[in-house]
Amino acid sequence: METIVISRIKQVLKGDQNAYGEIVELYKDKIFQLCFRMLGNRHEAEDVAQEAFIRAYINIHGFNQNKKFSSWIYRIATNLCIDRIRKKKPDYFLDAEVPGTEGLTMYSQIASETDLPEDKLVRLELQENVQREISKLPEKYRAVIVLKYIEELSLNEISEILDLPLGTVKTRMHRGRETLRQRLKNL
Amino acid sequence: MSCPEKYIAYMHDFLDEDISDESEQELREHLQTCPACEQHFKELKKAIAFVQSTAHIKAPDHFTAGIMANLPKENKKIEVNRWLKNHPFLSAASLFLLLMAGSLFTSWNQDEQFSFSKQPNLIVENDTVIVPEGEVVTGDIVVRNGKLQIEGEVQGDVTVINGEKYLASAGNVTGEISEVDELFEWIWYQIKTVTKKTFNINEDSEQSLQY
Repeated sequence: METIVISRIKQVLKGDQNAYGEIVELYKDKIFQLCFRMLGNRHEAEDVAQEAFIRAYINIHGFNQNKKFSSWIYRIATNLCIDRIRKKKPDYFLDAEVPGTEGLTMYSQIASETDLPEDKLVRLELQENVQREISKLPEKYRAVIVLKYIEELSLNEISEILDLPLGTVKTRMHRGRETLRQRLKNL
Repeated sequence: MSCPEKYIAYMHDFLDEDISDESEQELREHLQTCPACEQHFKELKKAIAFVQSTAHIKAPDHFTAGIMANLPKENKKIEVNRWLKNHPFLSAASLFLLLMAGSLFTSWNQDEQFSFSKQPNLIVENDTVIVPEGEVVTGDIVVRNGKLQIEGEVQGDVTVINGEKYLASAGNVTGEISEVDELFEWIWYQIKTVTKKTFNINEDSEQSLQY
């Protein structure tokens, strides 16, 4: 995959915008997933994920082709998410999506006419709770947890993405896990 | 918890897949004897399983299109190149037209010399071609950048390009007489000639004599 990406990047560097579309296609799900788990909201996740790709395009000249493109785009997206979390004010809208669900808004929480099957509802609830706990983590723990357990990256990659020493990544990982353990043990 | 902190650290090292064999052995032995630590370890694994179980979601539809629409405008040159690549026939056709037009203009500009069709019994005085009185010219006459004076008879077409034609009262032309002056007419004339030549390759082509 990296060789395809390198050749596409070369085309992009020559000015071919369509080649960039192919790069976006390759990474969009991963980046969107990262943003969604970091932010807990689809609209914001889409917004930030798109911004990450646009920034990557604008700064593509600064990309070191000896490194992994995935790490680079993860890094841009993670930093944007962390910025967004820091700026974020807690606000709730009825039509905002419930964290951890797809297409489920607060309206459906008020009264639902068609009942979901019991097991599906339970699963949704569980996922929602887990996502809520992820969203409550301080962002520096959240980033390592999401990168490790949702994006399934190695500690070395995470240390590269976050530009942190491996030891720091481990410490954050341990603290993040302990916090989640405390909060999820009774689920 | 009364157990040493190191066991918790071992647990995390284990979860990071970064634990020495000795430490792992030590951790396993401890977990078998310490229910509290075993519980702790289970809870950690459970938390991880919960996080991993959150459904994997995909980017929304039109995600890529949304990005592409918001990228800064690309280089015009690339756009043109891509268009050419995607429309090879149109590109070839337009290139052909361009070259054709170019060659037409070139031949228009370069044909400043006086020339005419070589026919027996034609008299030439300076830039005037004369069909003498009483003579009969069989075949077409084309005169470029010069005058044509017809006093005798021409059995064929007469064409004067960028010049003048004088038909004496005694003169007689059996074919068509045409004068080409303007650039547009010249192009039209060229096209007609080329077409004729293309379709009647065997017919005698115009022989021109240049001064």
